[in-house]
Amino acid sequence: MRFSRTSKALGVAAIIALAATGCGGGGGSDTNNSAATDPNKVISAYSNEPQNPLLPANTNEVYGGRVVELLFEGLRAYDASGKPVNALAESIETEDSQNWTIKVKSGAKFTNGEAITAKTFVDSWNFAALSTNLQNNGYFFDSIEGYADVSAVNETTAADGKKTSTPAPTAQTMSGLAATDDQTITVKLVQPEADWSLRLGYSAFYPLPSEALADPKKFGENPVGNGPYKFEKEGAWVHDQQISLVKNADYSGPRAAKNGGVTFKFYTDPGPAYTDLQGDNLDVTDVLPSNALKTYTTDFQDRNSTKPVANNSTLNIPGYNPNFQGEAGKLRRQALSHAINRDEITKVIFNGTRTPATEFTAPVLDGYTDSIPGNDVLKFDATKAKELWAEAEKLQPYDASKPLQIASNTDGGNKEWIDAVANGFKNNLGIESEIQPFAKFAEVLDLRKSQSIPGLTRAGWQGDYPSLYNFLGPVWGTNASSNYEKYSNPEFDKLLKEGLGSKTPEEANAKFNQAQEILFEDLPGLPLWYLNRPIVWSNNVVSADTGWNGGILYYNIEAK
Amino acid sequence: MVRYILRRLLQVIPVFLGTTLLVYYMVFALPGDPIAALFGERQPPQSVIDTLRAQYNLDQPFWVQYGIFLKNIFTFNLGVDFTQQPIADSLARAFPVTAMLAIEALIIQAVFGIAFGVFAGLRRGKLFDSTVLIVSLVVIAVPTFVLGFVFQLVFGVQLGWAKPTVGANADWGNLLLPAFVLGLVSFAYVLRLTRATVSENMNADYVRTATAKGLSRPRVIMAHILRNSLIPVVTYLGANLGGLMGGAIVTEGIFNIPGVGNKLFQAIQRSEGPTIVAIVSVLVLVFVITNLLVDLLYAWLDPRIRYDQ
Repeated sequence: MRFSRTSKALGVAAIIALAATGCGGGGGSDTNNSAATDPNKVISAYSNEPQNPLLPANTNEVYGGRVVELLFEGLRAYDASGKPVNALAESIETEDSQNWTIKVKSGAKFTNGEAITAKTFVDSWNFAALSTNLQNNGYFFDSIEGYADVSAVNETTAADGKKTSTPAPTAQTMSGLAATDDQTITVKLVQPEADWSLRLGYSAFYPLPSEALADPKKFGENPVGNGPYKFEKEGAWVHDQQISLVKNADYSGPRAAKNGGVTFKFYTDPGPAYTDLQGDNLDVTDVLPSNALKTYTTDFQDRNSTKPVANNSTLNIPGYNPNFQGEAGKLRRQALSHAINRDEITKVIFNGTRTPATEFTAPVLDGYTDSIPGNDVLKFDATKAKELWAEAEKLQPYDASKPLQIASNTDGGNKEWIDAVANGFKNNLGIESEIQPFAKFAEVLDLRKSQSIPGLTRAGWQGDYPSLYNFLGPVWGTNASSNYEKYSNPEFDKLLKEGLGSKTPEEANAKFNQAQEILFEDLPGLPLWYLNRPIVWSNNVVSADTGWNGGILYYNIEAK
Repeated sequence: MVRYILRRLLQVIPVFLGTTLLVYYMVFALPGDPIAALFGERQPPQSVIDTLRAQYNLDQPFWVQYGIFLKNIFTFNLGVDFTQQPIADSLARAFPVTAMLAIEALIIQAVFGIAFGVFAGLRRGKLFDSTVLIVSLVVIAVPTFVLGFVFQLVFGVQLGWAKPTVGANADWGNLLLPAFVLGLVSFAYVLRLTRATVSENMNADYVRTATAKGLSRPRVIMAHILRNSLIPVVTYLGANLGGLMGGAIVTEGIFNIPGVGNKLFQAIQRSEGPTIVAIVSVLVLVFVITNLLVDLLYAWLDPRIRYDQ
């Protein structure tokens, strides 16, 4: 009968489908549950193609940054809690917060054998700061005397009024920086800065071997460093695919590697990485697809952690918006803040991966306090919001011809919370409000730079180094680099400057927190929440942890 | 014949100019400064941004930019992308991977599609035929990304037969699962096309003649029915190769394959005009050339077709 043959054929179809995929073979199922750890096993981690050659002072994005941080060691390093500890520095001393003397430990070497001396640091910093070298993090040296000369620019105005600036340094080295002997660096700052030494652990301040200064681009392909890891071999960076690092056996600093190496696998999307982790084909990730935020704690029971990070979000209110000027504007800003239910949004939409904000910096920082006078404006209070709004109406009527828009790029799960905030404004204040969606972050940035955001805009800050000042100065200082809405208050600037000039970190932090009181008075932006970074890991490793800046502490991961 | 090929190759020039111009313009018209976007919230000094803009000719008007691009193409210099990598190098890494994936998918859909199609066509109206028709309809109806996620989860994670993603290990074995996903939809089309032409040809005069003069059934099927039935199938497969290469974006995304689709996706995210246009140009060439090859194959499969008249 023919029937027997047809049913056979159907069976064959199914078998082929299964067999075909079977040949892909290997991997995945070889989970080993024994508790013994293997210090020589290489772990794999989520990453993506770095945007620049791997030069510390040129790397200002996360995927290059995480590699550079493992390849190099600076004068100081940050421990897991964000406390700076001396690494290559023997001592860092100052009398007046303006003149610094740094003693470099003797005997430190790059993995190619080159010795690291005071001159290494001076040369590396001068290289990074010189504007013609186009190092993205060059501005980190702006507090050193002579930076203005090495970073000078020529500004030309085209016929159509468009300004272009080209680098035109008037000096090749910074006058405030010198190596007085092999072990001593002296630094003179433009003005006293109490927290200056905190930033010495940041990647811009790492030392570079001489070959890097000779041919930075070639060096950036196969960097040689002095950190806990080194490149597995020449060409360990396979572009668009992965970077393989192995343990640097000669390393003796505070971040010694507990595994044999880290292979950073590149993913253009976090989705496949999450699936890989479920199949134990990847060991750790710090980027979860947004649809996994509600399920990762059940998908990875006992294999996840969610810790606070030096990262905050705010909703900025441009001062050029006529609705938010003067006394009425001030009341309206307070009303908006009271109309946002931060508790509910962080719970329902972010599923606990955000914590409601209590001030303008972040809780992981030294000097953070949740009791800054004026921060009760961050409490959700619908009646208060209505009252304040009504009071403002009496002073100056609100121009309701256009809905109040909140500008944001809509990728990365931003739409959900902005809708919630807008609904809060609608329900509690009776005004029309909506998201002003953009496909890309660059579009919003263009509008912010040209001062043409019609409504509110989303903003955020990720700390470079663990200091309150880093969250206040670059963001809210007059004419600061990331102060796109051009907020300016001389009183605030003065307090920041006083803080930088104080003798002790405690004094400095007190001034910085005093400066925050002015921000609460002015409310140029509404603090929303702090980020808690969720990470998950595979069955192949014991556990994983994040540091103060949310980066995974790869060197601390033990493989089993 | 040579004249025909030459004429076809000359047609490539306007097609190439038209597509690159169009794509280049669309990227140019995208709002937002792509260089500033590279830095996110923390912008470097304006002089760095301006110098980089000049480096990538982004400060020039559209026609100058496009002119420089054309000049570079004809001197075989594709320039560097925003990560400072030579575009030619990254294409040289990505294209072989995608080609492998596309060819593997093509083989899967050709072999299984034709085999099942012939069986079904020969037994038209029987249980096997109806089952295959229904199943193929279901396959066509399910979008590729659904198939991709389901296969990845079932075979990659739960059964552990294949690696869930490909990543840096792009070889024939690791690409099998994604190739299967990529080829499955077209497989259903190939199957239905083969089935239709086979069953049509079974009633043709020359098949009756062949059977009447006493040829064995296998010989009738192989030499007479199959060869004549393959003409439309080959056309479809050929046209599909270009589609497979360009259409692999979804599959490559799900399985994290470092191929052209992934590269294109990333370039679009970063508004990298030169990279996008370079990839599209190569895809256009692949498409045009496979189409030409298919047309030439026609003449071989069907001696009645001649090109030089």
